Amino acid sequence: MMELVCPAGTPAALRAAVEAGAHAVYCGFADETNARNFPGLNFSRPELAEGVAFAHRHGAKVLVAINTFPQAGRQALWHRAVADAEAAGADAVILADLGLVAHTAEQHPGLRRHLSVQAAAANPDIINFYAEAFGVKRVVLPRVLTVAEITAINREIDAETEVFVFGGLCVMAEGRCSLSSYATGRSPNMNGVCSPPSHVVYAEEGDTLAARLGGFTIQKSARGAPAPYPTLCKGCFVSEGTTGYVFEDPASLDASDLIPALARAGVTALKIEGRQRSRAYVKEVVRSFRAAVEAVAAGRPVPAGQLARLSEGQAATTGAYAKTWR
Amino acid sequence: MQITVGPNQFFWDAASWRDFYARLADEAPVDRVVLGELVCSKRLPFYQAEIPGAVERLQAAGKAVAMTSLALITLKRERTLTAELAATGLEVEVNDLTALAHLPPGAAFSVGPLVNVYNEGTLGWLAARGARRICLPPELPPEPLALLAAQSPVPVEVWGWGRLPLAISARCYHARLHDRAKDSCQFVCDVDPDGRAVDTLDGQRFLAVNGVQTLSAACASAARALPRLREAGIAALRLSPQAEGFVAVCRLFRDLADGRIDAAEFDARARPLAPGGAFCDGFLTGAAGVAWSGA
Repeated sequence: MMELVCPAGTPAALRAAVEAGAHAVYCGFADETNARNFPGLNFSRPELAEGVAFAHRHGAKVLVAINTFPQAGRQALWHRAVADAEAAGADAVILADLGLVAHTAEQHPGLRRHLSVQAAAANPDIINFYAEAFGVKRVVLPRVLTVAEITAINREIDAETEVFVFGGLCVMAEGRCSLSSYATGRSPNMNGVCSPPSHVVYAEEGDTLAARLGGFTIQKSARGAPAPYPTLCKGCFVSEGTTGYVFEDPASLDASDLIPALARAGVTALKIEGRQRSRAYVKEVVRSFRAAVEAVAAGRPVPAGQLARLSEGQAATTGAYAKTWR
Repeated sequence: MQITVGPNQFFWDAASWRDFYARLADEAPVDRVVLGELVCSKRLPFYQAEIPGAVERLQAAGKAVAMTSLALITLKRERTLTAELAATGLEVEVNDLTALAHLPPGAAFSVGPLVNVYNEGTLGWLAARGARRICLPPELPPEPLALLAAQSPVPVEVWGWGRLPLAISARCYHARLHDRAKDSCQFVCDVDPDGRAVDTLDGQRFLAVNGVQTLSAACASAARALPRLREAGIAALRLSPQAEGFVAVCRLFRDLADGRIDAAEFDARARPLAPGGAFCDGFLTGAAGVAWSGA
C-alpha cells in the first residue's frame, strides 16, 4: 500500500490524523525552522516527544520538517532542531538546505533524511547526487513534474519519492520563489511564510472588496461574495489590457483520481498539504485518502467525489501532473 | 569592485544576441560575462550557433567567461545539455544544483544567484566542493549578506542591476497569456525582449513575466548600497542584460564604482535606461524587495 503522509500542525491534529489512518504525519517546531511558521501552530519539544510516542503506539511514523533555509549567523537554531528531532524519536527529518543536509548526514548519520519539496530536486541526476553524497532516502518531488516524468525519474533513482496529492498548490518551483519577500519582506525560504496575513489589508470600495498584499491590490470581489485570500501567485492581475489569473486560478490540488497512476509510477508516499488546517479537516481528508489508497492497493477504483467540499471553496486542479497545465 | 554581466534572461533573436555580446566585448568596461540559456531550453537552438564566437570575442577582449546552467532542469534533453556544459572546459555557473552533479571533481565552477546560498554552512560546503565564486540570492537581507561576505573563502557577488528573478515554474506564463500550452508556445516570449508587464488591479506596476520566469517590474539597482557592499567585502556587482542601453549601464556602474560619479548622478542618468522605468533596492536595505531607498 502507498504510504499516506499527513499534516499535523498541532498535537491535536497529529492524534486526529493518526486515528484517521495516517501511515505517517509530518510536523515542525514552533519557530522559523519550518515552512509553516504560523502563530498558534507547531510543536514544542515535549509536545513532539509525546506526539512521537502516540504515533508509534499506533504504528504510525513522525517526520519532522526542518525545511527553511538557515539564516547566516543563526545556524545553531536549525542544528538544534535536527538534534532535538532525533532526540524525540522522529522517524525522519525533512530538509531543504544543502548545508543543513550535509550537517545532518555528518552529525546525525543514524537519522533518516528526506529531501523537502523546498529543495526543488526535479530530475534523477540531482536526486542521485543527494542520495549518494548525503544518504538521502526519500525526495518530496517539486510540483513541476508530470506523472510520466515521475515514472521516468523513479526508474533512474536509488531513493523513494513522495508527491503531493491534496491541498494548497504552489505554482512556482518551491524553495525558489521570492515573490512574497519582494512584496512583503517575508518569504517561505527565510521566514517559513508566504503572503503573510500581517501584510494583508481588505478595503471596501463601494460595492467592491479589495484585497491588498503589501499594498498591492491583487483580488477584488463583489461585497458579500466570498473573498479569496490574496496569495500572490493566485492573485488577479492586468497584463496589456487583459485582466485575469496570470499565474494560477484560485484552485487547490486534488490528485486523488491519479493515485493509481502514481502507484504505477513507482511513487512510495502520498502527501497531503495543510498543517494550518483544522483537526476536523485533517481527519476527514485523511480518512478519505486512506480509503482511496486501500482501494487502489486492492485493485479497486478510487472512491469518487467525497473530497470536493474540502477543496478551498473553489475549483480543484491536478496541477503540473497533467502536461497541459504548463 | 568588479563587474559581472549575468546571463541574459530573455529571448532575443540570433542577430540581436550576437550584436549584444559583440558590443559587450568591444565597448563595455566589465570584468566577467556569464552567458548561455538560463530560463527556457526551448530557446537555445535559435542562437546556440552564436555562442562559440561570442565566447572567443569576449575572451579576446580580456573578459573572464562562464556558461550558465538552466535555472530548472527537468527534461532528458535538459539533462543532456547540462552534461555537455560540464564538458566544454569553460567555467560553469551553477544555477540549478543539478549542474553540480555533472561536474567532475576539480572542474571549475561558480554558483549563480538562483542557488539557495543563505548561510555559512551551504557556502562553505560549495566552496569546499570547488566553487570559485558565489553570487548570493537577491532576496538575502543585508546582515546575512555582510556575514557571508566576511566569512567566504571565495569572492562573493551580489545582484547589482536589472529586473529581479523572483520565481521559476513549469508553467509558461507567456504561453498562458496567449491561450497556448507550453508545448505549442510558438516562442511568443520573443515579443517582450525585457519581459511582459504584470500590473495590479489598481494599475500599480508590480511584476513582469518572461516565459516560465517571473521577474520584478522595477529594476533593482545596488547603486545607493554600493558603499556598504564595498565595506562588507563584496567582490563584484552583477548586472543583468537588457535589450537597450546596456553598455551605457555598464559604463555608469564603472564610473560609480571608481568614484567618477556619485549615486545621485548615477540614479539620474540610469533611470531612463531602467526597464520598467522604476528602481527598487529593498532587499539590500532589509525592506520588502520592491522598496526604493531613493524614494
